[in-house]
Amino acid sequence: MPNTLAATVPENTTNVARPKPVLSVEGLTTSFSVDGDWKNVVRNVSFDVMPGETVAIVGESGSGKSVTSLSIMRLLAKGTSRINGKIMLNGKDLLSLTDKQMRDVRGNDASMIFQEPMTSLNPIFTIGRQISEALTCHSNLSQADARAETIRLLEKVRIPNAAARFDEYPHQFSGGMRQRVMIAMALASRPKLLIADEPTTALDVTIQGQILDLIKVLQEEEGMAVLFITHDMGVVAEISDRTIVMYRGEAVESGPTDDIFHRGKHPYTRALLSAVPRLGSMKDSRWPLRFPIVDVTTGESTVPTEVADTVDKRKTPILEVKNLTTRFDIRSGLFGRKSGAIHAVENISFDLFQGETLSLVGESGCGKSTTGRSITRLVQPDSGEVHLDGYNVLTLDQASLRNMRKSIQMIFQDPFASLNPRMSVGATIAEPFIAHRLGTKKQAQDKTVDLLERVGLTADMMKRYPHEFSGGQRQRIAIARALALDPKVIVADESVSALDVSIKAQVVNLLLDLQQSFNLAFLFISHDMAVVERVSHRVAVMYLGEIVEIGPRAAVFENPQHDYTKKLMAAVPVPDPARRAIKRDVATDELKNPVRSIDYLPPVRKYCEVSNGHLVQVG
Amino acid sequence: MYTYIGKRLLLAIPTLIIISIFAFSLQKLLPGDPILAMAGEERDPQVIEFLRDKYRLNDPVVYQYVYWVGAVVQGDFGISLRTNQPVLSLIAEKLPVTIQLAIMAMIFALAIGVPIGILAAVKKNTWIDYIANIVALSGLSVPNFWMGIMLILLVSVKLGWLPASGYEPFFSDPVRSLQTMIMPAFVLGLALAATLMRHTRSSMLSVLRSDYIRTARAKGVSEQAVILQHSFRNALLPIVTLTALLFGELLAGAVLTEQIFTIPGFGKLIVDAVFNRDYAVVQGVVLCTAIGFILMNLVADVLYVLLNPRMRAAL
Repeated sequence: MPNTLAATVPENTTNVARPKPVLSVEGLTTSFSVDGDWKNVVRNVSFDVMPGETVAIVGESGSGKSVTSLSIMRLLAKGTSRINGKIMLNGKDLLSLTDKQMRDVRGNDASMIFQEPMTSLNPIFTIGRQISEALTCHSNLSQADARAETIRLLEKVRIPNAAARFDEYPHQFSGGMRQRVMIAMALASRPKLLIADEPTTALDVTIQGQILDLIKVLQEEEGMAVLFITHDMGVVAEISDRTIVMYRGEAVESGPTDDIFHRGKHPYTRALLSAVPRLGSMKDSRWPLRFPIVDVTTGESTVPTEVADTVDKRKTPILEVKNLTTRFDIRSGLFGRKSGAIHAVENISFDLFQGETLSLVGESGCGKSTTGRSITRLVQPDSGEVHLDGYNVLTLDQASLRNMRKSIQMIFQDPFASLNPRMSVGATIAEPFIAHRLGTKKQAQDKTVDLLERVGLTADMMKRYPHEFSGGQRQRIAIARALALDPKVIVADESVSALDVSIKAQVVNLLLDLQQSFNLAFLFISHDMAVVERVSHRVAVMYLGEIVEIGPRAAVFENPQHDYTKKLMAAVPVPDPARRAIKRDVATDELKNPVRSIDYLPPVRKYCEVSNGHLVQVG
Repeated sequence: MYTYIGKRLLLAIPTLIIISIFAFSLQKLLPGDPILAMAGEERDPQVIEFLRDKYRLNDPVVYQYVYWVGAVVQGDFGISLRTNQPVLSLIAEKLPVTIQLAIMAMIFALAIGVPIGILAAVKKNTWIDYIANIVALSGLSVPNFWMGIMLILLVSVKLGWLPASGYEPFFSDPVRSLQTMIMPAFVLGLALAATLMRHTRSSMLSVLRSDYIRTARAKGVSEQAVILQHSFRNALLPIVTLTALLFGELLAGAVLTEQIFTIPGFGKLIVDAVFNRDYAVVQGVVLCTAIGFILMNLVADVLYVLLNPRMRAAL
């Protein structure tokens, strides 16, 4: 396994005087103190970043990619971390600098932007103050000059109305706009190197496209090098010149991005790439398709077996939703009078058949999660009808509602937060069975054992607690819990979104297997177009609380009709480096939210049928 | 902003009603009939009947409550049974004493607790942190009457630096007033300082772990600015709320402290009133304390909003 990857400078520079790298990392080894032991988290990583170049470090959680970036900036907690090796930035040997000298490097020679724009800005200072601080803490700029320069920076990152927004606070900015502010802050001292640690992961896909393009444009304008840390192969393909693949603390492969994608040698690289869903790769399949699973040590790939046709449309749908509307009141004033409402779900209708997967896709605030919660009556809808397995859901009393929940269960996004840390896995899975008095304790235990094996875990894990499991295993436990009542419908609310690519592939495969063996109907709520394309029979695109397009998966993905559907699909980064040249515009459209005034009358929507079952909202 | 304050004041009304019912029931629920005491040895039924009529004790309890509230709203808390002074003037006389004690104690508590809390958070898991924690725990667990007595012994009796007891109104002789108040305020503030220190520490720790502190460090802000500006101003928010809640503890602690240092304040007034079954005074003091406590929390809520731009915008 090659550990030193420094010699990956482009070959045509051998005769000419080689440009000096902006950043040169040699034998970087970072260890954390865990209960008194030093544990290596990053082992012997070496790479260079040339001026103006974009290098991506790609890897899954725990690969050490973020620790690598924090080591370069020396932002890890002192005392509990140790950095060895050599890091040269701009001719400075970073690991030999004093703390004070290092402070001068940060935000000056190199700056950094982070994953979470919502929490990365100080909530009690204005945007303007936070950006100008990046200027004033490295130079003796006057207040007035700092202000002028800050406004120039805000304009540079294409924030509309920059001067007026100087005195606003972070909470008045959307996620995408906050990330622009972070970038403006990072550009303040015209750094030679920008380290971007998963800068678009928390953003919606159309916003992600904007931010990626903004980084590209600014890189050209400023001539800086970018070290881009990400888990998303699509983003890598779109942005980077060279790519370093990290796995369990080591750089297992590095090279030009094109080579990594098409001629990747390391088994892990191949495993990672095969697990990445590609939008538009489903043209030839009629039914949902399993992911191929590549063995990380050998690189052998299993050919995915096609899923059988599970949908029987001759029966009545298991779930029928008619004109469902859910609104949340906004109250204000001394006596909390209703001043408006969030029209989270507005007049939507769809059917779901036994054995079918219907996906609800859309960006934050489009109402897809509220739809799932309204159908299960975790929130109370305002109007409409929901028929589920013989129940008229919206008219049920508390007792029948409990019974109804036997037919419909949910799996949530965060496998860490959705399991009770004080309950053993066995107790967690058996709880619904016992709560509904479906049998004796012995039967509950047998059921739990059976379910654990069904979801790919073993019976001896029953006594263990959630913290002993990985994210993927926990999501399997959550799935087992959802299955404990033999439901007919499962609402999977972003259930694979928080998982690493390879784990995501496995859990998606599991869901497809379970659908086949239990004839389950899935309402699959997701923002991830590529995964949706892989798992769905039908797809509904939601925008501002309404379904704007619904139809068979192939029809919606191959022949999208609504403008929003097209926009959404165009924004998805495709893991194909050949598409790098394609640029979008750096438009600053923000996601709208469905907050309406009290006298708002929802327009009557018309749908036109493009092909059999493919409906598009018109006007 | 005014809407917010208005809303909070409206919400205080039910609280006040509940407290007033409690205060009123005191006189109904406690054993002993003040009329019998007033009627003298003979307990002439006619006199008793006259007194009952005079104080409207023959009316239904609900009516009595309404009469009482009506009087209280006009500032008439009744007459002290023991001294025959109006309760309001008794309170007006003692209140400034306790307010001075409370303010000084709070200043001590904040001046000791908050900086040590910040220091302990910044130096987490070092000997500074450990010592701060040990001191805080001792401060919490040593009873303040013991601390008071020991201080009197050391500072007043042995060293003779400060008077052991007594009180001087602040505006008649500020120096003497501060001299007499310093020790009781310190004793009273110490236990609060320990609570404040523990909360400041944990509040600072959670802020220091946050993403925006990492951002501040990543742009090269000096460590001092990271701690005092970026972290502390955020960590302060829960401390403001806590400080207001601690005022309740302060008033309870004042009862004991005033006894030890023989300060003629609110605490002494209520203890004397309880022992003498002077219900009117007890009621007045309970009501005043409750109003004070509600006001303190209102101030804290307003401060919290002012310090927090996000809340400010929501108004």
